[in-house]
Formats: sequence, C-alpha cells, structure tokens
Amino acid sequence: MNIILFLAPFSVGLGAMGLLAFFWTMRSGQYDDPKGDAARILYDHLDERPDADD
Amino acid sequence: MSIALPRDLEAFIQRDDAGRGRVELLVNGARCAGCISKIEKAVRGVPGVSAARLNLTTGKLAVELEAGQADPQAVVETVEGLGYRACLFDPAEAKAAQDREGRELALALGVAGFGAGNVMMFTVPAWAGLFGQELNGSTLTLMYWMAAIVATPCALFAGRPFFRSAWASLKRGKANMDVPISIGVILTLIVSFSETILQGRHAYFDAAVTLLFLLLIGRYLDHRLRANARSAARDLLALQTPVAMRLTGDVEQGIPVAEVAVGDRLVIAPGERVPVDGVVESGRSELDNALITGETALAPVGAGARLHAGALNLSGRLVMTATAKSEDSTLAAIARLMEAGAQTRSAYVRLADKAAALYVPVVHTIAALTFVGGWALGLGPREALLRAAAVLIVTCPCALGLAVPAVQIAASSRLFRKGVLVKSGAALERLSEVDHIVFDKTGVLTEGRPRLIDAPAHLIAQAAPLARASRHPLARAMALEAGVGPVATECVETAGQGVEGLIDGRRARLGRAAFVGVEGGDARETELWFGFEGDVKIRFVFEDQLRNDAAETIARLRGLGLSIEVLSGDLAGPVREIARAAGITDWRAGLTPFEKAAIVDALKSSGRKVLMVGDGLNDAAALAKAHASMAPGAAVDAAQNAADLVFTGEGLSVVVEAIETAREARRRALENFGFSALYNLVAAPAAMLGFINPFIAALAMSGSSMVVLLNAARPRLSLRSRR
Repeated sequence: MNIILFLAPFSVGLGAMGLLAFFWTMRSGQYDDPKGDAARILYDHLDERPDADD
Repeated sequence: MSIALPRDLEAFIQRDDAGRGRVELLVNGARCAGCISKIEKAVRGVPGVSAARLNLTTGKLAVELEAGQADPQAVVETVEGLGYRACLFDPAEAKAAQDREGRELALALGVAGFGAGNVMMFTVPAWAGLFGQELNGSTLTLMYWMAAIVATPCALFAGRPFFRSAWASLKRGKANMDVPISIGVILTLIVSFSETILQGRHAYFDAAVTLLFLLLIGRYLDHRLRANARSAARDLLALQTPVAMRLTGDVEQGIPVAEVAVGDRLVIAPGERVPVDGVVESGRSELDNALITGETALAPVGAGARLHAGALNLSGRLVMTATAKSEDSTLAAIARLMEAGAQTRSAYVRLADKAAALYVPVVHTIAALTFVGGWALGLGPREALLRAAAVLIVTCPCALGLAVPAVQIAASSRLFRKGVLVKSGAALERLSEVDHIVFDKTGVLTEGRPRLIDAPAHLIAQAAPLARASRHPLARAMALEAGVGPVATECVETAGQGVEGLIDGRRARLGRAAFVGVEGGDARETELWFGFEGDVKIRFVFEDQLRNDAAETIARLRGLGLSIEVLSGDLAGPVREIARAAGITDWRAGLTPFEKAAIVDALKSSGRKVLMVGDGLNDAAALAKAHASMAPGAAVDAAQNAADLVFTGEGLSVVVEAIETAREARRRALENFGFSALYNLVAAPAAMLGFINPFIAALAMSGSSMVVLLNAARPRLSLRSRR
C-alpha cells in the first residue's frame, strides 16, 4: 500500500514536468513560426536554437 | 556611403533607450527555406542592419537597426530587389499583433489537459469501486484526496477565463454561458470535497477538470478564428499605411496621419493617397476618386484645387495645405455613421447566447428543484445536493460550448482557402440570415481599374512604345493590352499631362487632349490621345470593366433567393450600363455616402436583412450599418474595417460561396444544438433520479462533445467533395 503513496505523487510529478516543458515552449516562442522552423532545419547556417527575442 | 533618403520613415521605427531601432516588414511571396536564407542574408548585408529574422508563418521580417544609421527604405528596396513584395508595418499594429489572450487560453488549455489526464489516474480505480470491485473505503478516500490535490489547483487556474467572464456578465445584470459553467465547476468542487471528507463514493473531481478542458478547446478555437482573421486583415491594411509626409522648410518627415494639424504642408507622391482634406499649393496631377465617390473618370488638379482625403494621386508630386485634421470633415461624419452602425451590430445576439438565455434559467431551476424536491421527498440534504450537483455536471454545456465555434472554424478555414477572411463568428451567423444584397459598382461589380476598349490592334501597337514608358494608370492599361514590345526613347513625362518621346526617330506624344494638341476633349470620359508630331491624332477610350464572373454570380445569388440592387456614387450612364451587363434591374446612381447609409437603414427598418458589398469610403457607413458586409481586399482601410468579411482575388463568385458556407455552418450549428438539447433531455432526468455516477458523467460528457466535434468536421468534407 505504501508504494502507492510513493508512486502516485511521482507520476503526477512526471506529468507536471511535461506541463512545465509546455510552459517553457510557449514562453520561448516555439509556436510563433512553425513553418519557418520546419524550413530552417534544412540549412545548416539557419539551424539555430529557438530565438527568444521577445 | 550615402543612400539618398527619398522619404523620412522614422515613424515606422521603434527605438529603445540606446537608440537602436526595430522595424517590421510584411513580406509577400516567401515560402521556403531558400527564401529565408536569401532574404535574411541580403538584409543583414544592408548597412546599419544588425539582425534580421523572417517569420515564415506570419510573413513578417523583423529587422534590428543600429543606432543612428537607420534606413528602412534601403531594407524595403533590398527585399523587393530579390523579387518579393515588401512594405513597412505600423509599429502600433505590430504591438497589437502580440496575442496575449491566445497565450493565456493556450496555457489554461495545457493545464486543464494535464489535470484531466492525471486526475483520471486516481478516479479510474475509484470507478472500478463503483461497480463492486475490490476497493475498500479508505483506499477510495485516499484516491479521491489525491484527485483533489491535482484537480483543484488545475480547475481554479484553467477556469479563470470563465470565472472572469461570468463575473463581468453578472455585474452587468445578465447571465451568459459562463455563469452556469462557473457555478457548475465551483459547486462540483465543493460537493466533491464534502463527499470526500464524509467518505462518500460520489466525488466528481475528474468531471470538473474534464469539463473545463473540453470547453477550453471550444474557446480556443473561437479565439484562433478571430485572431487569424484579425491579423490577416491587419496585414492587408498595412499595405496602405497611414503615414503623411509633412514638409517643414524643405525637409520631409513622416508623421502618423492622426498628428496632422490644420495648416500643415504635406507632400503627396504619385501613387499615394491624400491623407486629409486640403488645398493644393503647388504641383499638377490627376486624382482617382473612385474609392471616395465611386466616380471612374480621373480628375485633373492643379494649384488651388480642393482635395478629399482618400483620393489616390496618380501622376505628379503635389504639395498641399491641410484644411482639416484627420478626425474632421466628411470623413468624420462617415466615421460617426460607422460607429452608430457598429453599435447596432454589437447588439446582435449570437446563436450561442440565444441558447444560453434559454438554457441558463432552465438548468438552474431544474437543479434547484432537484435539491428542494429531493430533500422534501426525504432524500436528506446530502443526497439531494449530490443529485443537484449531478444535474449541473451532466447538463454542463460542453457540447453547447463547442457547437458553434467548431462549426465556424471549419467554415471559415474553408473560406480562407478561397481567399475570404471572416472577421468573427458573429459575422458568419449574420451573413447566413441575409435576404437582400446591395452592391457598390466601382471596384465591386467592376474591376475598379480602367481597361482599353474598342481599339484596333495596329493603333495600340503604334502608341504602345510611349505607353510602356509611362507609369500613368491609363498608359499602363494600354501597355498591358499591347503586351511586350519596344519602348520609346528620350521620354519626358509631364505630370498631369502626358508623356513625350521618340518612336523610331519620330517625336510623339501620349496624354490629355490639350497636351497632344487636340481642341476640347471630353473631360467626363476616361481617354488618352496619341499622335506623332504633325500627324493625325488618335483617341483611346478606357472603361472600367465588369468583373468576368459578375453576371454569373448575380444569377447564382438570385438562385439562392436573394434580391439584389446597385447603389453607386457614379453617374447614371455608366451605372445603368454596368447594371444591365450584370443583369440587375434595380439601381440608383449619384448617391452620397449618407444617402447610401440612409437607404440601407430604410431597408433594415422595413425588415430586410441586408448584405452590403462595397469598397469605397463612400460605402463605409453603409457597410457598418448593414446586417452583414463584405469588402474586396483592394478596398480602402475604412471599408475593410467596417466589413465583416474581406475577400481577395479577382472573382466575385466568392460572395456566393461565402453565403452558402455561412448557411451551411448555421444549419450545422443548429443540428449541434438540437443534439445537445436531446442529450440534456435524457441526462437531466437521469441525474435527478440519481442514476448518474462519476463514471457515467465522464462518459456522457466526453461522448456528447465528440459527437458535436465530428458533426462540425462534416461540412468541410461534404462541401469539398461537391466541387
């Protein structure tokens, strides 16, 4: 029974990590230009990490 | 190095404290990684530019400029030199484009999704307990407590958009759909807590969060629809940016039109619009008044002539003195009419709100009756409250909340692919109710630009070399007709008069009658004269032509059971001709903007639902007053602002498609309402009788939402296969 007390918060924590990751992607503007990002990976000199300029 | 600064574009630059600037450009035609690479590389090479980044999704190029050295014009020219259309974007608009509401909804949706998923982890084992499987009381309570820990913060966070809207609505003394949603969610949480504390079996933590998750999907779709249309409309408007060039001494400076003061001297370059009413101080040119009065003949102007805001300066540079501020004059009167129109329009009650007005009192009465009746019939307060909460949960308007936005987003994305921007869901609803259409003539039924008529090919070929050398719209129309060929040499263009040059060594002139050396000439006609020195003069007549598919469109609109008329500010002659060619018998000509608006008003008060299709400033008031309105993408910004839908492209047939799609969407939305009503008719009594447990509530809620979503996705498929 004790294992539930450990596993349940653990799994919620995993879910929360996913949620935080979603927050981070929103904040860093990764949904601002989906078409451009898809195109940029095709060229080495354009393939930079997401630009958080706002 | 020095690039000549033809105009001062400081108004477009946003500066930070260190003096570094940032401009945004709208770039048309960029599609692939190659375009990004080419444009960014070239723009970074422009002196004074420190960084450039192209957003392929929105088509916006953000350019960072170094302090002091800014030359946005060089950036525009660089991009255009690569073969893309580019224009500067108003910084105020750029700020408005940052979508804060959408971000908040997306975050709420993310939180609700996380909550709905993780609460299930604890409630699914609890459901197993409902069917008599092994899950003893203390474990069940433990599960519910864990569900509470996850669900409560999620529901409170994700519910904020609803709570806020419900509160605002209650303060105004009304109840919108968000009121039952908020009450439902909060009551559900309270009941679930009390059940958990009392170690009961019926806690609905999962329902509270799932409900919000499903509703937020609908809310987010609705928001996306409006945001997309708004940004697309903004992009169209940015192509005609409201900047006036003020002349101080002999320095030109770009200022926002709103800052123009009476007495300011303004420069209007060829191809630009007159920003405010005024008087010409110097310069000669021709004006295209089509968008203001609907008149197609070009008006020659010289020193002392009166200018109306919105007129297009065609051929020469004009210096004018402003006699009115932008908010005064005729324009302001039109704007006041538009405001009045917008107010009556905002009073329009949307389908979903109509449904809410019925739904809210009924559901709350039933829930209250369940509680009071249940208690009176001896259920005990706890069981009675539980059943009342169950009624609120199962009838909670997930399906209702999704019914309209899901259909409308499907319909408007279909229209978007056809080149029609729908500004809001309400616009689609109003469009579906239309029974009478009022067309403007110039630029709507017609192409809105002159085309050469009845000229023999050999005469066109003779004059074409001069026409190719000129930027005048009539000459360009002629050059277009003639196709590719030789260009005259030693060309000199005299603003407002014509162009002179050598064709095969012979001196020739193309332009106004007097310029070519002909007495008289009809000022009312749109014409060009051409002649070699000392030779016979030839007259070319231009006409604004009916759009190719106008007649067919009118016939199809009649087929939909709509009556049609034309209201134009142009003279009776051309209006009669165009109306006859389009197959319309009702037409009125020579109308002022106010008469147009008054006619639309009169139609409205006689009970007609009017669709106004217009493009000019003279239509703007009528557009705002009509039940629904459409404007072509080439319309003035006031008309585009006033219109519900903006259509791009050459054809008029999109009007038919827009109406058909709007009607289809309305049918689909009503079907969805019907389904929701049916569902509630079954679910509410079941909840009152206590047949609902958390498992059935979860199934019913997601099931009904799925049915509504699938039904919404249907019009897309059926309409696509029909054409």
